[in-house]
Amino acid sequence: MSILVDAATRVVVQGMTGSEGTFHTKQMVAAGTRVVAGVTPGKGGQVHEGIPVFDTVAEAREKTGANTSVIFVPARFAADAILEAIDAEVPLVVCITEGIPVLDMLKVKNALDASGKTRLIGPNCPGIITPGRAKIGIMPANIHVPGSVGVLSRSGTLTYEAVDQLTRRGIGQSTCIGIGGDPIIGSPFTSLLPLFEQDPQTEAVVMIGEIGGTAEEEAAAWIAANMTKPVVAFIAGATAPPGRRMGHAGAIISGGKGTAAEKKKALREHGIHVVDSPADIGATVAKVLGRA
Amino acid sequence: MNVHEYQAKEVLARFGVPVPPGEVAETPEQAREIAERLGGKVVVKAQVHAGGRGKAGGVKLADGPAEAEEKARQILGMTLVTPQTGPQGKLVRKVYVTKAVDIEHEYYLSVLVDRANACLTIMASAEGGVEIEKVAAESPEKIVRLSVSPVAGFSPYLARRIGFSLGLAPDQVKQFTKLLGGIVRCFTETDASLVEINPMIRTPGGEIIALDAKISFDDNALFRHPDIAEMRDIHEEDPLEVEAGEAGLNYIRLDGTVGCMVNGAGLAMATMDIIDQHGARPANFLDVGGGASKESVTAAFRILLRDPDVKAILVNIFGGIVRCDRVAEGIIAAAKDVEIGVPLVVRLQGTNHEEARKMLEASGLSLIVAEELDEAARKVVEAAKGGAR
Repeated sequence: MSILVDAATRVVVQGMTGSEGTFHTKQMVAAGTRVVAGVTPGKGGQVHEGIPVFDTVAEAREKTGANTSVIFVPARFAADAILEAIDAEVPLVVCITEGIPVLDMLKVKNALDASGKTRLIGPNCPGIITPGRAKIGIMPANIHVPGSVGVLSRSGTLTYEAVDQLTRRGIGQSTCIGIGGDPIIGSPFTSLLPLFEQDPQTEAVVMIGEIGGTAEEEAAAWIAANMTKPVVAFIAGATAPPGRRMGHAGAIISGGKGTAAEKKKALREHGIHVVDSPADIGATVAKVLGRA
Repeated sequence: MNVHEYQAKEVLARFGVPVPPGEVAETPEQAREIAERLGGKVVVKAQVHAGGRGKAGGVKLADGPAEAEEKARQILGMTLVTPQTGPQGKLVRKVYVTKAVDIEHEYYLSVLVDRANACLTIMASAEGGVEIEKVAAESPEKIVRLSVSPVAGFSPYLARRIGFSLGLAPDQVKQFTKLLGGIVRCFTETDASLVEINPMIRTPGGEIIALDAKISFDDNALFRHPDIAEMRDIHEEDPLEVEAGEAGLNYIRLDGTVGCMVNGAGLAMATMDIIDQHGARPANFLDVGGGASKESVTAAFRILLRDPDVKAILVNIFGGIVRCDRVAEGIIAAAKDVEIGVPLVVRLQGTNHEEARKMLEASGLSLIVAEELDEAARKVVEAAKGGAR
């Protein structure tokens, strides 16, 4: 078991014929993912990297039975691409694109709520991987191994760092999800934690947060009320100055709110294992699982 | 992106928001001419991207053109130090000369993005003219918050609800409704991320006016607002940050001694944190991007070394799809191009890290190789403390 994606997932790549789309489509296929279609408006009917290309997501879905979309469309067109996937009722949409305007994402978020049929992961994220079965995104598949730890993170390379620490200790992962570094994202921690709680394969969850917003505080409350599995958390940005965006659009302390200290306090108060050093994530998971 | 008060008011005025008449001046003579055109008393206001200008001596009242010129001469060229500028302060290059307005009451009004609820929020208070964070901490009940439904959008009843709760008279509520409607339209049509009017005032004659204004725009949406993108004032930014931006690097200067070069924003923040835990302060945030190519690494070294406080550098790259051996090639080539002159600790982890380590060790460069994140942080902190430049 795993969450959201597995070997049966049928993927359509929006923006497949672009350079990013082409490169990562090959990487996804190499990792065992079933990429069944690409979408590039105006290139319908072509075959790219051995995969049929369609003009619209609706057509790709109808002709190939794709049930998951991954988006590699430039930022100024990405919200439109997500809206198209929502309209085509694609159950799972993963948007890798960074730099989508916030007001565009407000529209997307409300379209998601109104449709109720699509789950969005991202934007501005590395995607989602169930090791050994499917990779829908841009993370390096080779650092992952199948196992029992779920990973949720607002970051990219910091997630790879955490996964690598687990893998080098012989601890595999059930599913790893980069939820995205933007202020408005499709699936916050609280909408994915329940899936890990229900997944019989997952024994523990690593949650990697960062400064800005209140997603970690909300997750802390949800975990305390509902979660039986242990959660190990790290929050990046203890040394970040207020009022500055630390790379990610969502990583900003504003009006004194959204600091790492507040988030860690909320998590600790709710009994979550908070690690202060990013070097201790793997070791702490090992200890929590009794494998230290 | 932030803009100056005079630019914010120019944008707001396009949407029918009442602001006192005024113009920007770069010389005392221009300030005099503007005061002549405006007539009567004027206010001369320093234009820097920071709040708290009044208390710092950057806002002065003048009786007429001659005094406006004199006040402008005092303010232009001064280094304004406010709680928001940091101790180094900001050089004043422009003043905004506006018609003086009598104030009967000061209010606070802002529109911002509520990220948790994915909508816009309007915040208002009858306690204006002071820091809203202070009001929020001391008497949160004095702040009114209303969400703008993303489906229905702005509707005048929202402004009426706020206006009456602020204690405005019915004809003032009408003016306020027009003002707030303009602000919300401005927000959505210009892709703002914050519009703050502090204070909004009521004059003795019962007029409602935006006396001060701050707007931040969404950097990611500037492509569709070229007129606003042109309002950028690079004098307000750290020169190293401007240079880094031109090289495609995400760099933020901080006050420590350990220069950091990392791929990815989250790992960059985590690297800063672990340096701090080992007893030194990071000199910067720097994300070289996922690939960490020779070009980006070279540019990053040059930027880091321009900061005289940097006593040692930590390169922390997680090699994923771009393998560590390729990253090592880039680092070695860059380190040969740039005279580094401070201790350099390199930690490459991820795909092919062992080959990368061997390449670094065989490169003949005087660098310190580290395997683990903790080890890398410890080594760079030791080097920063012991190493003279």
